[in-house]
Amino acid sequence: MILVPEDIAAIGLSLKVALAATALALPFGFALAWLIVFKKFRGKMVLEVLVNLPLTLPPVVIGFFLLLLLGKNGWIGKLLDASGIPIIFTWKAAVIASATVGFPLLVRSIRLGMESIDQQLIEASRSLGAAWYDTLATIILPLSMRGIMAGSSLMFARSLGEFGATIIVAGNIPGLTQTIPLAIYDYASSPSSVTMALSLCLVSVLISVVVLVVHELLSKKLDRRSAL
Amino acid sequence: MNLRIAVEKKQGNFLLQVKAEVSGERIGIFGKSGSGKSTLVHLISGLLPPEKGEIFLDDECLFSTAKGVNLSPERRRIAIVFQQAMLFPHLSVKANLLYGYRRCRIENRRIKPEALIDLLQLQPLLLRGVANLSGGEKQRVALGRAVLANPRLLLMDEPLSALDDTLRFQIIPYLKSVSEEFGIPYLFISHSILEMQLMVDRIVVLKEGRMAETTTPDQLARNSMAQSPKGYLNLLHLANPLQDNGLYAYPWGHNTLLISDGEPTKQSLFELSSREIILFKKHPEAISARNLLECRVSEMFDSDARVGVVLLVNGEKLVAEIVHSAAEELKISVGSTLFAAIKASSFRKLG
Repeated sequence: MILVPEDIAAIGLSLKVALAATALALPFGFALAWLIVFKKFRGKMVLEVLVNLPLTLPPVVIGFFLLLLLGKNGWIGKLLDASGIPIIFTWKAAVIASATVGFPLLVRSIRLGMESIDQQLIEASRSLGAAWYDTLATIILPLSMRGIMAGSSLMFARSLGEFGATIIVAGNIPGLTQTIPLAIYDYASSPSSVTMALSLCLVSVLISVVVLVVHELLSKKLDRRSAL
Repeated sequence: MNLRIAVEKKQGNFLLQVKAEVSGERIGIFGKSGSGKSTLVHLISGLLPPEKGEIFLDDECLFSTAKGVNLSPERRRIAIVFQQAMLFPHLSVKANLLYGYRRCRIENRRIKPEALIDLLQLQPLLLRGVANLSGGEKQRVALGRAVLANPRLLLMDEPLSALDDTLRFQIIPYLKSVSEEFGIPYLFISHSILEMQLMVDRIVVLKEGRMAETTTPDQLARNSMAQSPKGYLNLLHLANPLQDNGLYAYPWGHNTLLISDGEPTKQSLFELSSREIILFKKHPEAISARNLLECRVSEMFDSDARVGVVLLVNGEKLVAEIVHSAAEELKISVGSTLFAAIKASSFRKLG
């Protein structure tokens, strides 16, 4: 296995982006799942379609929309430009791209977790004197932990593999915005770099295996705790 | 406790329209499934808002469309005991018990955990997870959790329906004793007349989303005598029997009852169906039934095609059930003397 300094940087960046995207999306994902599962409001269906849209759209399309939104003339881009925060073609853009693409997976898993909570547990908590936010923190959050973990793992793994949206909003700048998939793409386009590409592929497999194992171990731990 | 309620709630095709005022410490809400009992529980506890109307508990307004009041469930201080125990699966027994207590204002913490844990005999369960408790233990913890929230009112929403008969009669004394000991009034919701007879003083009867009547458990049992598969159930709390030729001789007021299915020393509760009592005009010469009681008819009532005969046996009351033609043949009227024959095996031990 051969890894040059650019590859190490790509691996580091991939992990950083995936971690940041998951952390960024988690509170929003939890709040949205809660809204969808427990609240009745007009336009719920529209919200659900919007949340799930990135799941069915080609990532390149999402990247293009993000570029329009975050670019110099976009709504958010203008604001950011005025406050001196560059986003496009930085690692932050890669985080936003990954967070957007993986978001539906996160919300879906948390939703499944929340839907499995017996409504009467929530009613019991409220009637015992807990305000809605108290019930949210002490009953809904711990009881949907399995869904949150599954969603986070999925989201993290999906972010590691993000390509289409990232290359459009963050570009493919070695050492700056080049993540593992982008680096592999570079290597794959030149016939002399097959070994280099293969090395990064192996690293990808390794990281994925670690993510899955960690997820399994945490689930087992949760199982043991609830079987006490 | 005084509960005044006048509400309307529509759920799909079902319309709940209840107007009632009840006072007392032990109130029952009786109705078949689909009569709106559960919806009413949700409205009173604040888990569902009515479309319109008002709910007052001891002169405090919990809900009123006219005044624009809708107290949130956590501010109503009405704790619920559900059909299933609904213990929080991620918390220990102790943490479950203290969930409501910790959220109760300090000035309202009248009931102390130690006293309650003692009364409900929960000490050995405290450090266990809730997954390893039996059905009866779970329901005891759920009851303790609700009581420790120091509520103004306990809503017992069919708390015995998920338990088998043996457990049910083990839990009833706990339900009654916590309420008596700590002075918490309760609303007991059920579709069982027997549970109503054992648990409450007054009953609100719901029928298809409306209040049909307010009545007493005894009156309810009398009215349903003809349709109910076991007729009217006479309930007898008996204790300290003597063994007598393989039977148990229980003192019952100034009488003695011979019962097959007794239990030494302990107090037991027996049910005796009104249909198991045979009435004679004169003292029979010999009879296989082990209990032959001389009694006086104190009252008679109609329940569909049947006649209920209220008998006084040395001051103790029993209800027997006969058909109209039998009443005519025996020429029974209030004040007449009869002999009631009851087999020793007709008494069913409940707990």
